[in-house]
Amino acid sequence: MSEPLLQVSNLRTFFTTEEGIVRAVDGLSFTIHKGEKFGVVGESGSGKSVTALSIMRLIEAPAGEIVTGEIHFKGQDLLRLGDEEMRKIRGAQIAMIFQDPMTALNPVYTIGNQLVETIMLHQEVRKSQAVDIGIQALDDVHIPNPKVRMDDYPHQLSGGMRQRVMIAMGLSCNPDLLIADEPTTALDVTTQAQILHLMLELTEERDTAVMLITHDLGVVAGFCDNIQVMYAGRLAERGTTDFIFDNTFHPYTAGLLGSMTRLDEVREERLYSIRGAPPSLINPSNGCRFTPRCDFAQDICGSKTPLPREFGDGHWAACHFAPDLDLSRVKRAERVG
Amino acid sequence: MTDRNLPPGDGYAALDEAEGLTVEPVTQWQLFRSRFVRHRLAMMAAVVLGIILALALFADFLPLENPTDQLEDDNGRIVNLLSPRAEYWFGTDELGQDVLSRVIYGGRTSLTVAVLTGLMVATFGTLVGSIAGYYGGWIDTLLMRFTDLILSLPLLPVAIVAAAWLREAFRGREALSLAVLLGTLLWGTLARIVRAEFLSLREKEFVEAARAAGARDRRIIFRHILPNALSPIIVNATLVIGLAIILEAALSFLGFGVRPPEPAWGAMAANGGRLAVGGSGAWWLVLFPSVALIVTVLSVNFLGDGLRDALDPTQTIERR
Repeated sequence: MSEPLLQVSNLRTFFTTEEGIVRAVDGLSFTIHKGEKFGVVGESGSGKSVTALSIMRLIEAPAGEIVTGEIHFKGQDLLRLGDEEMRKIRGAQIAMIFQDPMTALNPVYTIGNQLVETIMLHQEVRKSQAVDIGIQALDDVHIPNPKVRMDDYPHQLSGGMRQRVMIAMGLSCNPDLLIADEPTTALDVTTQAQILHLMLELTEERDTAVMLITHDLGVVAGFCDNIQVMYAGRLAERGTTDFIFDNTFHPYTAGLLGSMTRLDEVREERLYSIRGAPPSLINPSNGCRFTPRCDFAQDICGSKTPLPREFGDGHWAACHFAPDLDLSRVKRAERVG
Repeated sequence: MTDRNLPPGDGYAALDEAEGLTVEPVTQWQLFRSRFVRHRLAMMAAVVLGIILALALFADFLPLENPTDQLEDDNGRIVNLLSPRAEYWFGTDELGQDVLSRVIYGGRTSLTVAVLTGLMVATFGTLVGSIAGYYGGWIDTLLMRFTDLILSLPLLPVAIVAAAWLREAFRGREALSLAVLLGTLLWGTLARIVRAEFLSLREKEFVEAARAAGARDRRIIFRHILPNALSPIIVNATLVIGLAIILEAALSFLGFGVRPPEPAWGAMAANGGRLAVGGSGAWWLVLFPSVALIVTVLSVNFLGDGLRDALDPTQTIERR
C-alpha cells in the first residue's frame, strides 16, 4: 500500500455536559493512505462524526475537547498547528461533505457565489478564473448547463443536485483527503447510488483519499477498500472490505451484517437484531462496552477491556475471543421459533 | 444523460427546445417584491413616505418662504397669526413665519434625526448582537449585561437629562446630538434580536460547512450568517425610525430638542399648543405639524409591517 496520508493515534475527544463527561471518542487509532477509500461504520453515537470533526479540528470548545492523541497529516501534527495554519488546511487539503445538502448550502447566496468563495479562499486566482474553475467543477459532477446553474440559489436545486454541488465545492481545491459524513443519508436510494458512483469516479481520477462515514454497510461495501467498525467511541473491527464481510471476527460486526437484508435471498426467518441500545458514554463500565448486548459475552468481557489486536494483513479486532468465535449463527440470523 | 435517445413521444425536452421555452427562475428579490406589493397598506405607506422624503430633500427647490423669515405685507407689517389662506396654505405663526414652509423644513430635521438614529441602532445593535451570539461564553455575558443595562434605563428621564447636556456639547447641531442620544439609548432591542438569530443560525450546517471550507470567523459572521438575519434587522431598524421621530418630537416638545428658530415638528406643536391654549384660537399651529408627525410615524410603522411580512421567507405566496 502507498504512503500513509493521515495517521490518527490514541485520539480521545470528550464533551462536558451537565450529566458528566461524555467520552465520545475514547482511544482510537487508524491510518488512511494516499488515495485510499476508508469507510467508518457504526451506530448513531459511536463517535464517527466526532472523529471526523476532530480531524478537522472543528470540535466546538469549550464543551468539546480533544484530550489526548495525535493526528498526523502529511507529516505534521494537526493538533499542534495554530488556528490560522489549520484554517489553511481546511477546505484546501482536507475537505468535508456534510450529511444534509438541504442545509449545508447558504440559502442567501447563489451556488456560483459559494463555489467561487471557496476557490478564492484557497487559490491565488482572479475572480474570473475562479468562476471558470467553478463552472468546470460543476461540469465535473455532471450538472447539466453549469454556466446557468451557477446563478441558481440552493432552493432551486433538488437534494441530489445540491449534494453534487457540495462535492464540487469539496473537490474544487483538489484536497488530498475528502471526509464525507453520511453524504447519502438524506437522499433517496437511486440518487444515493449516483452520488456514490460520482464520488468514486472523481476521487479515483484525482487519487483523493476518502473517509466515508456511514451507518449503511451497503454503502461502504461497494465503495471502500478498508472498513473500520466503531462501537461506543472505540474500534470494534477494521480490515479490508473482504475481511469484514467474509471473515468477520467481532460479534458486533457480525450483528450489523446479520441485520442487513439481501435482495438475492428468500428468507423465512426474522432478520437478526442486536438487542439493547448503545451504552451511555458518561462513566462507561470497565471492560468491553459491547458486553451487555453481546451474545457471546463471558465473565472476562465485563472486567477487562479488550485491546485491538492485529490478525495479519491489517485485520484488527477488539474482542477477547477473536478469531475463535463461531459467528455464523449471528451472521446468518436466528431462526424464529 | 441526454434526451436524444428517448423514444419519440416522450419529447418534453424537445418541445422546450423547439419553442425556446425556458423556465425563468424567480429571484429572491422578485419574491420579496410580489409579497410587498400585495400588502396594500404598506404600499400606500411607502408612497406617502416617498412624498414626505422628497419634500424634505428638495425643499430648497420648492417655491417656499424661508422658514425662519418674518414675513411682511405690502405695508411692511408683520403678517403674524394668519389662518390658512391662498397665500399661506398652512397659515403663519405668531412671529410671521410661514407654517407650510416650517412643516416641510421641520420634516427635514425630524427625518434626519430619525434616519441617523436608525443607522446608528442598526450598526451598533447588529455588531453587539452578532458578536455576542456568535462567540457566546463570557463575551456574550459581558455584551448582553451591558445591553440589559442600556435597556433598563428609563428612556424619557435619561433622554431629557442627557439631551440638556448634549445640546451644549453639540451647540448648533442639535439634530446630530439628538440622533447620537437616541441611537445610544435604542440599540438594545435590536442587539437582543440579532443575538437570538445568531444563536440559532450558528448551529446551521452551512456555517459548519463554511468553517470546514476554511473560512475565518469574520467571514462567517458577516458573509454567511448576517445576510440570513437581515430581515429582522431591517424591520426593527424601520420601527426604531418611527420611535425616534416620536421621541425627537417629545424632546423638542419639552424644549430639549431643536432650538426655536430652527423648525421641528415637536417644537412647533408645543409652541402652537401654548398659543392655542392661551386663547389665540390658532389651531393651524398645532394641527399641521401634528398631522405631519402622525402620518409619518404611521407610514413608517406600516412600512415596517409590510417589510416584515415580505421578508419572512417561511411565508409562501398565497395565490388569490
